[in-house]
Amino acid sequence: MEKTVNQKAWFLVLPVLVLVAFSAVIPLMTVVNYSVQDSFGQNNFFWAGLIWFEELLNSERMWDALGRQLAFSAIILAIEVPLGIFVALNMPKKGFWASVCLVLMSLPLLIPWNVVGTIWQVFARVDIGLLGYTLDKIGVDYNYTQDFFAAWATIIVMDVWHWTSLVALLAYAGLQSIPNAYYQAAKIDQASRWAVFRYIEFPKMLGVLMIAILLRFMDSFMIYTEPFVVTGGGPGNATTLLSIDLVKMALGQFDLGNAAAFSIMYFLVILAISWVFYTVMTNLDKRDAG
Amino acid sequence: MAWMAWTTPTAIFFLVIASLLVIFTILAIKFPETPRRGVLGIDTTRGDRLFITLLGSAFINLAWLGLVGAELQPYALIVCLVYAVAVFRFV
Repeated sequence: MEKTVNQKAWFLVLPVLVLVAFSAVIPLMTVVNYSVQDSFGQNNFFWAGLIWFEELLNSERMWDALGRQLAFSAIILAIEVPLGIFVALNMPKKGFWASVCLVLMSLPLLIPWNVVGTIWQVFARVDIGLLGYTLDKIGVDYNYTQDFFAAWATIIVMDVWHWTSLVALLAYAGLQSIPNAYYQAAKIDQASRWAVFRYIEFPKMLGVLMIAILLRFMDSFMIYTEPFVVTGGGPGNATTLLSIDLVKMALGQFDLGNAAAFSIMYFLVILAISWVFYTVMTNLDKRDAG
Repeated sequence: MAWMAWTTPTAIFFLVIASLLVIFTILAIKFPETPRRGVLGIDTTRGDRLFITLLGSAFINLAWLGLVGAELQPYALIVCLVYAVAVFRFV
């Protein structure tokens, strides 16, 4: 017999709801409101209908930025997730060195975004930066301010440097929760290292791994500060990701209507993808529980 | 409220969404339900299906606007309605 769902407890979150309405829901509604209007400054607004949405849907600039953004998120996920798992698998399980590893792993996560951006901005410079200078000296043609490939490589390596440890720590937490009996059983069956990973470690890690992927996806999809500090969106528009483009539009050009329409579409994409992740995650939990 | 530059169409838009939320809240309290599993293979309640409907409708409207154009935009709502019925029936 399945239990019925009782939703009454939701009333207990009413105070939070009021606070969130004031600080998030109503501002979001304002964005929707701006997206159908045009402003010439001095808070004078005129009805514009769906013009901004139509313009954006036919604008190469928006699709290019979206393409770059999806590519960026896909690349960093493709690197950080396997690398994070690899690191977690090779970390000591207990003792002094386990603690040392954990502290080392959490260090990059403590550094603010703009500081990470500045570190890499300097580190990768050809004239004074250690990385840029070394690469230049050994004959690699590397200049992230002028070369498309170098700019992309820099912001991707920077993101991997900053966030792989998050994936590693979450995967490590997943690994630690596996009871020893599983490994003993695998030993009795003379399972190979790969089989242990494939049939014990990976399935047990999957729950936290989905959280890691969701967090990394959302963060990378909304990334602004780090690439902005390092490349400023350049060379040309090579690293102008969605949020950088949005800020240019909203604050640089003060196109409120256009930027509002942009924000809504941005929000919808994030909402849709996050919903898919969330659904997969909760279904995994249910499968594990049941 | 003039300083926030609200317009009638946006007000109607939000009123519709707010009343949908209120209606579904009342329904959930008056008629408790068990989640069911449809074509997507996931457990959904009425509220989940409403969310899928609204999110999907936003994309339907955008796709319509991009492919067909703004003059015929009201017809996109018909597609949304068909989509909504399908979601509530099969998901």
